[in-house]
Amino acid sequence: MRQKLARVLGGVAISALVISGAAACKADSGNEGGGSSAACDLKIGFFGPLTGDAAGLGIHMRNGTKLAIDQYNKDNADCKVNLQEYDSQGDPAKAPALAQQAVGDNKVVGIIGPAFSGESEVADPIFDEAGLPIITPSATRPSLSTKGWKIFHRGVGNDTSQGPAAGRYIKNVLKADKVYVVDDQSAYGAGLVDEVKKVLGTVAGEDKIQVKQTNFSAVVTKIVSSGATTLFFGGYYTEAGLLLKQLKGAGWKGTMVAGDGVNDANFIKVAGQQVAEGTILTCPCAPATAAKGSFVSDYKAAFDNAEPGTYADVSYDITKIFLEGIKDGKSTRSDLLNFVNGYNKAGGATGVTYKFESNGELDPAQVIVWAFKVNAGKVVPDIEIPKA
Amino acid sequence: MNFDELFGNFPTLTITGLEQGAIYALVALGYTLVYGVLRLINFAHSEVFMVGTFATLWTWQFLGYDQNSAAPAFGPLLVAIIAGLLVAAAASALTAVTVELVAYRPLRRRNAPPLAFLITAIGASFVLAESFGIGTERAPFGMPTLIPQETLFTVFGAGVTNLQMLILGITLVMMVGLDQFVNRSRLGRGIRAVAQDADTAALMGVNKNRVILLVFVLGGIMAGVGALLWDVRYGFTKFNIGFLLGLKAFAAAVLGGIGNLRGALLGGLLLGLAENYAAGLFGGEWKDFTGFVLLIVLLMFRPTGLLGESLGRARA
Repeated sequence: MRQKLARVLGGVAISALVISGAAACKADSGNEGGGSSAACDLKIGFFGPLTGDAAGLGIHMRNGTKLAIDQYNKDNADCKVNLQEYDSQGDPAKAPALAQQAVGDNKVVGIIGPAFSGESEVADPIFDEAGLPIITPSATRPSLSTKGWKIFHRGVGNDTSQGPAAGRYIKNVLKADKVYVVDDQSAYGAGLVDEVKKVLGTVAGEDKIQVKQTNFSAVVTKIVSSGATTLFFGGYYTEAGLLLKQLKGAGWKGTMVAGDGVNDANFIKVAGQQVAEGTILTCPCAPATAAKGSFVSDYKAAFDNAEPGTYADVSYDITKIFLEGIKDGKSTRSDLLNFVNGYNKAGGATGVTYKFESNGELDPAQVIVWAFKVNAGKVVPDIEIPKA
Repeated sequence: MNFDELFGNFPTLTITGLEQGAIYALVALGYTLVYGVLRLINFAHSEVFMVGTFATLWTWQFLGYDQNSAAPAFGPLLVAIIAGLLVAAAASALTAVTVELVAYRPLRRRNAPPLAFLITAIGASFVLAESFGIGTERAPFGMPTLIPQETLFTVFGAGVTNLQMLILGITLVMMVGLDQFVNRSRLGRGIRAVAQDADTAALMGVNKNRVILLVFVLGGIMAGVGALLWDVRYGFTKFNIGFLLGLKAFAAAVLGGIGNLRGALLGGLLLGLAENYAAGLFGGEWKDFTGFVLLIVLLMFRPTGLLGESLGRARA
């Protein structure tokens, strides 16, 4: 009897929460609808990891976005745009609640992000339902553009350009014949490894690890005994650093190649300088440190003399797309979405012409892939990988 | 299934499995000791380990090492290891004692039901992990390779490294020491007495609260030693490092028979081996899966674990 009572009470409590939540939402939108049409105090959201295992990647993008907004606000002091941060920790489990939060805030008219593919898969449908336009500077899983999300835009190439380019680099530049591939089973890592395998054909072996795994002794044993001279890793920098550290500790002398998820100074922090040396990191972007215009010097001045990291320049440019739209009087989500869909102009920092196809992908002619190398404890540009 | 991978690398997988299992075992001791005396699963123990890894990291940073430092000469190395060991053991023991004093003792005094302890244990675990998470911005921290791995000798084609010998050696020494302490010393007799029958022990003049505190200190020291070995071997920590490792160590304790010190060692080593063999046979994604399937299957046949719950039943 008591159990039954508890169940009933629980049910009542839950339905009360749901109802009051819905009521609150309605009240909010009512207020906004009655407001003035001035496009001031609007918000641009940044959605990505600002803390956690992969925060190093997110922080540079956030900084790029922040720089663009700060510069805009300096020129438009009477009608500012605010930056709203959504720290996902790169965790798909945290993303839906944050996406709901962004959708519920009517001042938010555009989102830069979500930064990663895994969180995009769960957050983007929520943005799509609310018609909130997004441009991601870095989520590179190809399938994101095939889900029919009207709000989706990708400011860089995807892993069908990055993966094969990484494969070509391994084949043509490193000339490696025994390649071992490992992925972290994330939406991004597994997808990237699939693309690399397509170019390489047969591999010396493959294995999977888990995000947050720390002990890699079994996979290290397999890689060493396979005789592979090159390892391709699909995943993010924490696991990459740990894996490489344990691999080199076990006496492996080969070269690791990894994608943009590892392309960050934190990789060297985890692995240590000696271990990281010589690692090849790809990115479907140009080196941010060689960005055009005054971007590099502005970035350094704004952020404590830090070098702009991977995708900082992309984030800066795509944030400016939104800002241009807002300046142009596009103060609602749907107006801004149409503005982004019709956009066709070169970004100031990357030099890339931002023109999106109907599925949200960047115009393929604009996609470039670079290889970077860890040299003396820093990630430095190596070569632009030629198109096939 | 990939039998070539398993049998081809069997010796190497065995050695690295034992090495990982040794660290599980050291952490498992903390669960087992506390359970043996209090019948309480101290879920905050995983964070006791995590605090130890950070204590060692900060000690090394204080001594001037960062993740890019080269391996030091023998003298400074010994200083770094011993300083790291002492600080980690002290920090972990202090954390364990704090958890006992803040989260468990007040409840015990009010005769709270067992469920309340479970919740405060999980709560203490979250509070510790999150406060480190916020304090360190959830960043990962790399550490220097103080002892580069060198192959000492080869068994069946598998190189055994200096680090593996160090980890297994230290674990065995700590295990034997703890076992002897509990079974032979006066304080150890107190622990066994409280584990058997707390009220009778109190009537015989055993100070129950002091024994409980001692148990937390011992568990903390073992976790601290495990943390140092972890740092030396894997050279990495972050705020949530204890979560998965703590879960595995707890599983190891149950596998061997929770409440049983020797069971913790056996369970830890077995779990380490099973995980490595599974990763070889089925691929890395099955590693965690297999460990827990093993646990469930084993508990079906031996519900009290491999060696049973001995701390409470041992001779006085």
